[in-house]
Amino acid sequence: MVGSGASVLKRFRSSQLGGMSLPDYGFYILCATAIVLLATQAVLHPSDFAQILVFGVTQGAIYALVALGYTMVYGIIELINFAHGDVFTLGAYIGTAILGFFSLTEGSFTTINLIALLLVFPLVMLIMGGINVAIERVAYRPLRNAPRLAPLITAIGMSFLLEGIMFLWKGPATVHFPDILPQASTTVAGVFFGFKDVFVVVVAAILVTLLALFINRTRLGKAMRATAQDRDAAQLMGIDINRTIAATFFIGALLAGAGGMIWGLYYNTIYYQLGFRSGLIAFTAAVFGGIGNIPGAAIGGLVIGLTAAFSDSYIGSKWTQVVIFGILIGVLVFRPTGLLGMRVPEK
Amino acid sequence: MSQAATAGRRGSPRRFNLRERIRDRDTAVYGVLIIVAILFPMVTIYATDGTALVSHATRAGYFVLLAIGLNVVVGFAGLLDLGYAAFFAIGAYSYALLASPQLESSPAHHAVHITFWILMFVSLLAAAAAGAVLGFPTLRLRGDYLAIVTLGFGEIVPQLFYNFDQWTGGINAVGLIDQPRLPVWVQGPWSGDGPFTFVRDFSFNGDPVAYYVLIVILIAVAVILVNNLYRSRLGRAWMAIREDEVAAAAMGINTVTTKLLAFGIGASFSGFAGAYYGASVSLVSPDSFLFIVSITVLVMVVLGGMGNITGVIIGALVMYTVIFYLIPGLPENAVSLANNVGLGGIVPASGDWPGLAEETQRLNFIIYGIILVGMMLLRPQGILPSRVREQELKHAAVQEEETVVEQAHAS
Amino acid sequence: MSEPAAGNILELTDLTKRFGGLVAVDNVSLNIKRGEVFALIGPNGAGKTTLFNNVTGLFKPTSGRVLFDGRDITGFKPHQVARRGIARTFQNIRLFDYMSCLDNVRVGRHVRMKAKVWDSLFKLPRERKEEERVTEEAMELLRFVGIAKHANQYARNLAYGQQRRLEIARALATDPKLLLLDEPAAGFTPQEKVELMQLVKKILGRGITVFLIEHDMKVVMGISERIVVLDHGEKIAEGPPDEVRKDVRVIEAYLGKSA
Repeated sequence: MVGSGASVLKRFRSSQLGGMSLPDYGFYILCATAIVLLATQAVLHPSDFAQILVFGVTQGAIYALVALGYTMVYGIIELINFAHGDVFTLGAYIGTAILGFFSLTEGSFTTINLIALLLVFPLVMLIMGGINVAIERVAYRPLRNAPRLAPLITAIGMSFLLEGIMFLWKGPATVHFPDILPQASTTVAGVFFGFKDVFVVVVAAILVTLLALFINRTRLGKAMRATAQDRDAAQLMGIDINRTIAATFFIGALLAGAGGMIWGLYYNTIYYQLGFRSGLIAFTAAVFGGIGNIPGAAIGGLVIGLTAAFSDSYIGSKWTQVVIFGILIGVLVFRPTGLLGMRVPEK
Repeated sequence: MSQAATAGRRGSPRRFNLRERIRDRDTAVYGVLIIVAILFPMVTIYATDGTALVSHATRAGYFVLLAIGLNVVVGFAGLLDLGYAAFFAIGAYSYALLASPQLESSPAHHAVHITFWILMFVSLLAAAAAGAVLGFPTLRLRGDYLAIVTLGFGEIVPQLFYNFDQWTGGINAVGLIDQPRLPVWVQGPWSGDGPFTFVRDFSFNGDPVAYYVLIVILIAVAVILVNNLYRSRLGRAWMAIREDEVAAAAMGINTVTTKLLAFGIGASFSGFAGAYYGASVSLVSPDSFLFIVSITVLVMVVLGGMGNITGVIIGALVMYTVIFYLIPGLPENAVSLANNVGLGGIVPASGDWPGLAEETQRLNFIIYGIILVGMMLLRPQGILPSRVREQELKHAAVQEEETVVEQAHAS
Repeated sequence: MSEPAAGNILELTDLTKRFGGLVAVDNVSLNIKRGEVFALIGPNGAGKTTLFNNVTGLFKPTSGRVLFDGRDITGFKPHQVARRGIARTFQNIRLFDYMSCLDNVRVGRHVRMKAKVWDSLFKLPRERKEEERVTEEAMELLRFVGIAKHANQYARNLAYGQQRRLEIARALATDPKLLLLDEPAAGFTPQEKVELMQLVKKILGRGITVFLIEHDMKVVMGISERIVVLDHGEKIAEGPPDEVRKDVRVIEAYLGKSA
């Protein structure tokens, strides 16, 4: 009776949220307005529009990778992991350090570049996974039964710590990341496509697909979903909670490490506080897609990337932050379950 | 708390009386705080022959005020607010724009100079109104969504002050902000000014002791008011919502308006502190209200002991000292330490070594991070928790068992 | 207030609650008379608690009407329902764990208090008076349910049976006309059950109508005047205990469940 009562309550909440008509209208009106405005631009200046689109998708792919880590961690332990953006940045820092051991040729694509890339990319992912598991072990696990805000504060502390390590290591200035991808590009109907753009999107898409397969097909993935739904019940079913949560942090950091590498390879400039702002934006993407919802985070990342790109070009970059966080608030007010309207894990 | 049934049992050791114990500890802490507050300027001025420490104390003061306000939202009502600095910004700009030459160069072409004593309340109302406007559509949402909405709000507000530069000066900040004035002021030995003197038409301009006195009074008033609320119908409703929102609603508590009140009252403290901040630093810029400020105040509240007013005050003072006094002072101390122990050679920069002072400065983030993580791990309930929170931790394990028993009973 | 004492205090008309495809409460109508003890029974998952939730405003009925004290309260919010005079307890006790017992009951008094923010902020004399009065009233209720000596303990530190009593005291503090008890005897010893039945009689003596969900047939038969049986959200029987006990459908519903 207890269980059924709780599940009925959950269903009630989601139906109630999904069924509210006024917010839904507001949401659709907002979306429609945005689409009409963008369509006008698309018709008037098609090639500019397409160029912005390309840039937005690229940017969004990186946000998506970072957003996945936020959403997974939040889904499983309801923690806004403030350190995640810094894990992403640290991935880029470690990447540039390891790449420094190779005699790379910047600005062109050599065999050594390719070998370095194939070695370093997965290596950085694994290192970040390990670091994140260590962070979880030290800073979050001991506080699992503590008041809710305690792990939030340690997450903020870890964020400072990681930023501090990068600051100590490379100083306050921006750091160069080797430019080792092919410079090839092509122009289709006035729209510039670089190899880098394609690379970013393809790698991100592969990783997201692998993650989805992992979550849906493997035992560990199922354990994660079960733990996110109901930790106590999962434990009763014999799932090792500590291991499952550690795995979540590991996978989240794999993606963040990849995101950091991609960011570096694409922009060739990194900065120790990069993770702070991009972390907040990626987190917004996670909320946008419905926090705890994995496909939602990927789509949310894309939407936020596009929004940022369109806002930069059509409204002005100083308004982008206002636009993004305005959308965040709007989504939560009009569509609290996120863009996809999917169910949020309730606890 | 009027308790006819249990009052006057202080002498009886037989019974464990929760409220009396809480009251006793708080009374002691308040007593110490009051004595320290009174003696602080005198002692430091005589000891250091300057008012630098008093200036620090005034800055610590508005953080105390902010922490007391945020505690209403986070500690009492259990709502996580990650954009508290936005309300602080709104309060500060309300004062800065209406008490400086700024609006002369704006499209209004007319400077406004209203006295601090009125604008203090205008700032308060502006922040409270912003809190209500933000809270009204969002407080129906689950707790964590509120945290995210406030985070977004906290990111938007400083950016708006930055973007509307025609009015606010944007990145150039609002300067030359008016100082509070009073018709009469008393100076005395506590401010290092020798015997009592009455000063007529007194301006606070550049007088840290005057600002110190003002903030101490404001904090005292805030503590009394918040204590009153805590021990009232509204305070209990907040805590009921924190404990169990569904049960609170079933008891007839309108959860939306009650949460809105917590949000609005919390924001109004921030607005109040904002006006004070604007006056005391005389320069208000969008950079002063970033996410880091919200986080700092939240850290003060959580580390001090959520829900407990004395704990929060102590937390604010401790964290202020660490963040704004000890950590920034480290490079200098490291250098003098190195010189004293005969390691003067590592002080200057050479090659890759940026010099000891610079290197220590670079350690700031790490030290701050370690302090946050370490303190939370050692004392997750805060330095001076409300008894509630302390119990909560002790009984965390027991609770789980009981839940299982409960469910077994219920089904 | 002008209602005749003998009228119905609660009337449910064709109440239905659907969750997606699941019909949790199916077209249930029932009337509860002023001053009686009315019981709702049925196998697990029959929709009893859902019906309570629809009455108290936690859920909004999909269709049908809830008439309380002659007024339509369908779709009211929980706090509005409480203000009208319906109080409840919860199946899996929902106390304010880290508040004292006294404060738990005083929270129940909230809805009958008048203090505004300003009164509390400045501790005006009328607020002080009200606080004193409410404290007295709360203590009286704690004595009424027999846990006055625990007034200053945290609710969570009470024994299980005492927590159930505290929940009743908290509900009574709202001055209800109708009290909804959701499995008040769950997990009780026989002795505690007897005490509970006495307590319900005392509550009745205060002029409060009692509407309860209960599994324990001894308790149900011992105190209730009329019973409604729900199965799969439908009302399958209604009447005095002796009749309901013999009803074929009721026996089937319970046997089918245990088989």
